Amino acid sequence: MTSTSASFSANLASLLGPSRVLTDPVACGAYAVDETIPAAVAKPASAEEVAEIVRFAALEKLALIPCGNCTKLGIGMPPSRYDIALDMTALNKIAHYDPGDLTLSVDAGLPLAKLNAALLEHKQFLPLLVPWYSRSTVGGTIASGIDSPLRQFYGTARDFLIGAEFVDGTGKLCKSGGRVVKNVTGYDLHKLLIGSLGTLAIITRLNFRTYPAPLASRGFVASFPSAEGALTLRRAMAESSLTPLTLDVVSPELARLFARQTPQTPEAAVFAGESQSSDESFLPPVGDWFRPSGWQLCTAVAGTPEVLARYERELMRLATNSEAISTEFLDETTRPSLWGRLRESLSMLLEASAAAVIFKINILPSHHAALFASLRQIAIRAAFPHALVARAGGTIYFALLPTSANDGNTTLLAQSATQISDLLSASNGPAPADRGHATLLFAPPALKHGFCVPEVSSGHAFCVQDVSAGGRLKSAFDLQGIFAPGRFF
Amino acid sequence: MNAGLINELEKLLGASSVLYQLEDTLLYEYDGSIEKGRPDLVVFPESTENVSKIVKLAAKYNVPVVGRGAGTGLSGGALARKGGVMIVFARMNRILELDAENQRAVVQPGVVNYELNRAAEPQGLYFAPDPSSWKSCTIGGNVAENAGGPHTLAYGVTANHVTALELVLPDGEIVRVGSKDGDAAGYDLTGLFVGSEGTLALVTEITVKLSRKPEALKTLLAIFDTVDDAADTVVDITARAITPSACEMLDGWTLRTVEDYIHAGFPMDSAAVLLIEVEGLAEAVSAQAAAVTEVCNAHHAREVRLARDNAERELLWKGRKNAFGALGRLAPSNYVLDGVIPRSKLPQALRRIQQIGEQFGFQIGNIFHAGDGNLHPIILYDPRDAALFERAREAAAHIIRYCVEVGGALTGEHGVGMEKSELMPLLFSDADFDLMRRVHDAFNPDCALNPGKIFPLSKGCGEIRIRKSAGTTATQR
Repeated sequence: MTSTSASFSANLASLLGPSRVLTDPVACGAYAVDETIPAAVAKPASAEEVAEIVRFAALEKLALIPCGNCTKLGIGMPPSRYDIALDMTALNKIAHYDPGDLTLSVDAGLPLAKLNAALLEHKQFLPLLVPWYSRSTVGGTIASGIDSPLRQFYGTARDFLIGAEFVDGTGKLCKSGGRVVKNVTGYDLHKLLIGSLGTLAIITRLNFRTYPAPLASRGFVASFPSAEGALTLRRAMAESSLTPLTLDVVSPELARLFARQTPQTPEAAVFAGESQSSDESFLPPVGDWFRPSGWQLCTAVAGTPEVLARYERELMRLATNSEAISTEFLDETTRPSLWGRLRESLSMLLEASAAAVIFKINILPSHHAALFASLRQIAIRAAFPHALVARAGGTIYFALLPTSANDGNTTLLAQSATQISDLLSASNGPAPADRGHATLLFAPPALKHGFCVPEVSSGHAFCVQDVSAGGRLKSAFDLQGIFAPGRFF
Repeated sequence: MNAGLINELEKLLGASSVLYQLEDTLLYEYDGSIEKGRPDLVVFPESTENVSKIVKLAAKYNVPVVGRGAGTGLSGGALARKGGVMIVFARMNRILELDAENQRAVVQPGVVNYELNRAAEPQGLYFAPDPSSWKSCTIGGNVAENAGGPHTLAYGVTANHVTALELVLPDGEIVRVGSKDGDAAGYDLTGLFVGSEGTLALVTEITVKLSRKPEALKTLLAIFDTVDDAADTVVDITARAITPSACEMLDGWTLRTVEDYIHAGFPMDSAAVLLIEVEGLAEAVSAQAAAVTEVCNAHHAREVRLARDNAERELLWKGRKNAFGALGRLAPSNYVLDGVIPRSKLPQALRRIQQIGEQFGFQIGNIFHAGDGNLHPIILYDPRDAALFERAREAAAHIIRYCVEVGGALTGEHGVGMEKSELMPLLFSDADFDLMRRVHDAFNPDCALNPGKIFPLSKGCGEIRIRKSAGTTATQR
């Protein structure tokens, strides 16, 4: 520890008490972001303490990164400075819950699994079934902007986050929105926090609308020899009256990963509407009904017995018309094995390769078939194992999974990333207004460094699409640039 | 108004697209609210490029700019509180693209909500936000105010249905935020700009999601002998997690007025009715309608009627959506309030509104989005009676204060605008205002766009930084 870091750590300890400040390098190593280790970890226990730490950091010009259980810190660019990790897990209470109003106010550090367990006692839930589910905190989930298979029906966090409290770069506790389901009072600053990676403010509390937990549910899987079949079924479903909860198209490579691996995580029992403790357990293996050699369309539906019967009829009919080679309905005992894996797709892909690179590509569904084929070609050209899931229509997660993280592979990955970017902006592709954009969601730090060019607005790396507007906002929230510097720009 | 600016605008747009005579600009000094603010100049651009040029000209002559759609707003958002140039988007009214497969439409801001729905209907699609003024209000106005409507209970407000925007910033720069797909890399700028009430940028193009029409729909009219029973029913429907697509309440006084005018079939002797709609798969709708009926009966509904056909349904909705117009028969003007409360507090809130009405000597009607706690008390008054008008404002402030006291907010869907800027400190601290001001200044540093809105005047910058050009008469009341 340098003398400067020793003196600010001592000052932090006098603010919070020594037991809530860590300076041991091994302990601090758990909070590393892209291999950068902070000099100290502070564990505030209240929003006021967060504000005090921010004021202190602003005075001393120290860089702060807020974190929950550190599951998604790999998203974003490596920090340019990182002095203090702000461990938010001690802010972990449900501050307010009005089941009769279906609204909720929760501290940022509470894990989602615990929150949902409390909500399920009232047959309600928050539709954020995100990867690393059993450990992800509410605040980290919002700050990372990660989505969940349930976005097909419930949308993303911006559709149900109704307010927030947070500390701005001046160390003041601010708020936006409220605790009512419909509200246009003032600017919706809380929406900006979604996916902000801690660059704008330190989130201390979040307000949500909650949803009734689904009634009895069913899963449905249809297998196809090619992506086209699965996409034909998806389009037929989009043009029907059906309103499934989830709708994922899974490539054969990801399907094989599902069949092969058992993630160390329990199933979130929200589909069944029953409360379940979030103690450690494993997902059961997928059964032999799962045929990982093909492309899969996976969908979950919920409702009364009459509604479920209708879904069974319609899905069978549409799958037959789309020439599915096999179909399977899953009940509440078989469904968790597959839906737990769909939820954990990203964590499973990262575990599959030490040099895994995951792109998030957003493009309108009508362009998916052509894009899938091109992505596959890029992977084959570089001889990388690869996998893909297209979630809820528009969002594609595409992974390149080199077997090792050597320099040659890093070069090849960078080339592939450039090809993906070129693909999306190709003049023979979609019209300019329809063009998608790719984000380098997870990648080894070496690759990120060589890749992000903020001046280029094509958004091919983790760079915001309009740096000028984003930069203006960053300054409004955090003029001194003490929040997660370098993570966005 | 500066002759040089008029001259340059006429050169840019043609003389027929620039109004500056008092008798012309007077038409633009009001909207659907009780506020007034007359522009010095009104212009009608037909392209984004011209909007940008207008903004640059206004900056050159140091006068503020305010955007306006159809002027149906209810908070004074589209009024020129500080005079200046009003940009009316009536001629930017083209649907640029309707992509049925991907369920997207790209529209100019002057497209009327109803026209977009009419264009989407042959594809079985529609634009979900449905303000009562949907037959005349524009998508641009919906975006500025983050408009709602009865069916936002299930489908969300405008912000939930906008994926990308083209904007003109106060310095004339044209920027695009969001993406057609909806997920954009970086900060959710679309989410910030929707509902920013024209104080950050002018919206010149909008990409919206279109929703698929449900295959089945049932409309129920539940009739109650007491307001409390109707309110308790709403609380219970919410608490039992039944999710109708709309749940509207009309109190007895209001519905008798409406019935005299529209003949929608509302019972003349009831204390309150709930207009409830359930949508979705046929099988789901039957179950939901049964569940709703059961809750209504548990709370002593005198009768629960099911609309027999589309004609009867449309008549019931016509009664709901034209209610404010019907009240025009009783008084020269009415003041439609917009407060929001936690839904569990509905019965006590309606009793409190009744008390406040008695205290200030008004019969206050209630016709509102009960399902999401969005109150619309209506106060009838005569604007020529200054004392009465002030009393109406005072009663309204009492009601909004009460909403905040029980955990609610100042406005659910109408916006802050001019109407509620002075009430903002009820909810926001100095630190909140400081941050909102910095966000405002990040895009609109000189208050060139829509000055005097959202922020309390004491915390505003309009007076300080925008210099009124010589010869301008005060337009503020």
